[in-house]
Amino acid sequence: MILLWLIVVLLAGGLLAALAARSHPLFCRWIALSAVSLDLVLALVMAAQDLGFGSAGTNQWIEQVNWNWIPQSGIRFHLGLDGLSLLLILLTLFLGVVSVLISWTEITKAIGFYHLNLLWILAGIIGVFLSIDLFLFYFAWELMLVPMYFLISIWGSERRAYAAVKFFLFTQLSSLLMLIAILALYFAHHHATGVYTFEYTDLLGTPLSPHAAMWIMLGFFIAFAVKLPIFPFHTWLPDACAAASTATNLLLASLLATTAAYGMIRFLFPLFPDAARTFAPVAMTLAVVGILYGAILAFSQTDLMRLIAYASISHLSFVMLGIFAGNPLALEGAVMTVIAHGISTGALFLVAGALEGRMHTRDIGAMGGVWDTMPRLSGVALFFALASLGLPGLGDFIGEFLILLGTYRVNVAMAAVAACGVLAATFYALRFVQRVFQGPNLRPWQLPDLAFREGLVLGTMIVLLLWLGLFPEPVFQTFTQAAMHAPSLWR
Amino acid sequence: MTAVDLLALLPLLLVAATSIVVLVAVAVGRNHTVAFGLTLAGLAAGFWSTYFVPLRQVTALLVIDRYALFFFGLILAASFAVALMAYGYLEKREGNKEEFYILLLVATLGAMVLIASSHFATLFLGLEVLSVALYALIAYFGDRPLPLEAGVKYLVLAASSSAFLVFGIALVYADLGTMNFIQAAHLLATNTDLNLGLLLPGTAMIVTGIGFKLALVPFHMWTPDVYQGAPAPVTAFVATVSKGGMFALLLRYFTQSGMGQFAPVLLVFSIIAVASMFTGNLLALFENNVKRILAYSSIAHMGYLLVALEVGGALGASAVAFYLMAYFVMTLGAFAVVTLLSGQERDADQLEDYRGLFWRRPGIALAFTAMLLSLAGIPLTAGFLGKFYIVAAGAAVGAWVLILILVITSTIGLFCYLRIVTAMYQQPPASALAAEPLPRRAPAAILVLAMLLVVLVWLGVYPTAFVNVIQSATRSLI
Repeated sequence: MILLWLIVVLLAGGLLAALAARSHPLFCRWIALSAVSLDLVLALVMAAQDLGFGSAGTNQWIEQVNWNWIPQSGIRFHLGLDGLSLLLILLTLFLGVVSVLISWTEITKAIGFYHLNLLWILAGIIGVFLSIDLFLFYFAWELMLVPMYFLISIWGSERRAYAAVKFFLFTQLSSLLMLIAILALYFAHHHATGVYTFEYTDLLGTPLSPHAAMWIMLGFFIAFAVKLPIFPFHTWLPDACAAASTATNLLLASLLATTAAYGMIRFLFPLFPDAARTFAPVAMTLAVVGILYGAILAFSQTDLMRLIAYASISHLSFVMLGIFAGNPLALEGAVMTVIAHGISTGALFLVAGALEGRMHTRDIGAMGGVWDTMPRLSGVALFFALASLGLPGLGDFIGEFLILLGTYRVNVAMAAVAACGVLAATFYALRFVQRVFQGPNLRPWQLPDLAFREGLVLGTMIVLLLWLGLFPEPVFQTFTQAAMHAPSLWR
Repeated sequence: MTAVDLLALLPLLLVAATSIVVLVAVAVGRNHTVAFGLTLAGLAAGFWSTYFVPLRQVTALLVIDRYALFFFGLILAASFAVALMAYGYLEKREGNKEEFYILLLVATLGAMVLIASSHFATLFLGLEVLSVALYALIAYFGDRPLPLEAGVKYLVLAASSSAFLVFGIALVYADLGTMNFIQAAHLLATNTDLNLGLLLPGTAMIVTGIGFKLALVPFHMWTPDVYQGAPAPVTAFVATVSKGGMFALLLRYFTQSGMGQFAPVLLVFSIIAVASMFTGNLLALFENNVKRILAYSSIAHMGYLLVALEVGGALGASAVAFYLMAYFVMTLGAFAVVTLLSGQERDADQLEDYRGLFWRRPGIALAFTAMLLSLAGIPLTAGFLGKFYIVAAGAAVGAWVLILILVITSTIGLFCYLRIVTAMYQQPPASALAAEPLPRRAPAAILVLAMLLVVLVWLGVYPTAFVNVIQSATRSLI
């Protein structure tokens, strides 16, 4: 039942916040904040329980809800939580709280509708992580789309309509292809067993011809590749990031990517082990291309938001490399990178948003030399730039290191090229710090430093990254435990 | 004809009687509200009667089965919604208002006859009753150029397509010697020495007649002009009741007459479906008139329905029925919004009329958004499950090419709907905000919109009860 509450609290909180905005904007913000925080507390309680007793249990799911939904088609409302989804839900809700907080002063128009959309996206993302029924998964997957479209198209800057429509069309077409794949799997399972079901655990091990398995796998892959996003399906992300507000960027680059990575880990390999292994060299090549491509383009951007978006593409390509490398080491690295990237890229977007809020420009050329007027913000920015370039001791380093190690075992050449991507990250991250914060202050800028609320949020993110970098064990343990109950995750 | 036969025909009789009662009431004294109230009562009584009338074949002409009763209910509910929309719309305008309801009832009756027909004679009868009432409805405000043009266009094209249909029926009759669907199916299945030289042209002509009514490509030319010219509630009626009744008939004919077993027929339907999906969605890209965009999108939706029709069987038939239900809800909802926003002088059909609507009337803008997203097939709405069932039906028989085209074209369609949605959420310039007076409120139309919204989400989130009804309805067909 607690899983249902996770979703219901967000959906209801969004509605309440929208209603409350009529009386006073502050009510709305506080209601949204308390709904997401309540969810975070619920998730933390489950995490604490899991660490206490989880290892003794033999059940694959720590918690589940399993109801009839549309029995005529074998569709069930089946939610289940295991270690993998727990980790990602914690990340989602933490970033959810962050998004509400950073919207506090940035968003001033249609506040009620804004928070409704924000909370409903979070509900959709959590639905994706919890769905065991593939129909429900698709439903939640699509549920994220419309609110995200609104967030970009209403509260974005110039070119927002173009970016929002592009985002919607890319993701909708790719997810419809996934819908066809889901249905093909459903009928293939019925053909083999005579049972109509969308149940994930039942569909595992459905006998498929290699040909059919490859096509169905590709249907899933394309949906995840667009959302991650992977070269060459990535073009919507920089456009969207350049147009959207700070909190929206956080959701786009950190959380939607997380759902895609989750989909690859949960569905691609377990459902189609042979097809995915056959396809792995292609996917790994795309990933390596994406790593370098993202890094090089990030280096040449003048728009701050686009720079971070391309850097994010580079990091997310690492995630796909890790997933397709096909060994536990790289997979653990991928999970760690997803979480660390969510925090560090999210924080970079926050920094960029804070700069844009103060300078009213995102053009790097117009910035420079603000270290003296904003020492705290600049220091924080340097920290996250270092995290992004893979400084040992921080979460990103652990993840990417493990991915490279795992890739090295299967393909030395790809590991070597991908390692160049880490090197390239040094260039764009340091260029960002030098151009924006150091050098001569020509304008000259006189700007307020970090406010308390910003400092609190960014400080928490620093602590989390350090924790992930220095004591990553809880993350690995939670994931390993989930994988032990579901051997298919390890393949 | 026995008393039980008459009882079985009660839904039809009630609607027919109501039209006469309204006619008499108008003769006694004109009163818009009385005519409106009588119409609503008659439609509601007809709907209520579908719950208990006996199921039977009434003469060779009409069959009252669960399938017919399901579509009776759907069509009566849709006419009810159209009447509610029309009340406020007519109030704003000059001229006689009461005859509108008589024509609406007659057209509804025609669609119901189509649905229940098991014989070519009733097919033609129902079609003509429906069409003749529609000529008048489309040109109801005949003193204005646009409705008049639309009415005349529809009259000429509908009359010639009816001629095709009659000729086709004659050719098929010449070959088979029967006009009964079931007997025709029997002959097709058992008789090996059929004269295909008569049968195929006959079938092609029948398809032409039906294709015109459904606005399938290449018989779609009239749609944008008629949609644009007709008063918004009438457009809603043309898009739902008229097309829905025809599609219900097509499904019955296709399934019962065994037409689906001929490869050339299937091929023709595939080509028509693909052409409709592409043409409808592509042409909508270049339109700036909301009614015309909806016209083109309805062409595409009929194409999606054809995909499910071709799949056939229990899955295909229930996919058609569910999609039609969803299509009714979202189309009526979209036109309810157009009706609500229409002023005294003209209908709110320009894209510009919708720019910044969210900032002026957030409730209506959100409702319109829901309807448009449902037309695009986004979850939480009826349109999503409708598309899901069609794709599922296609996947079950391995019609990959058709469903791939459906997916691609519906993404193009999404772009068209997003153009309207995007316009609604754009911030209007401050001066325009003050300059534009809001149309007078119409509580009946707002009520309709709210109810349609509830049904839209209900169908999209928890359709179990509806699916049960649909499955029992389509089972009686197969």
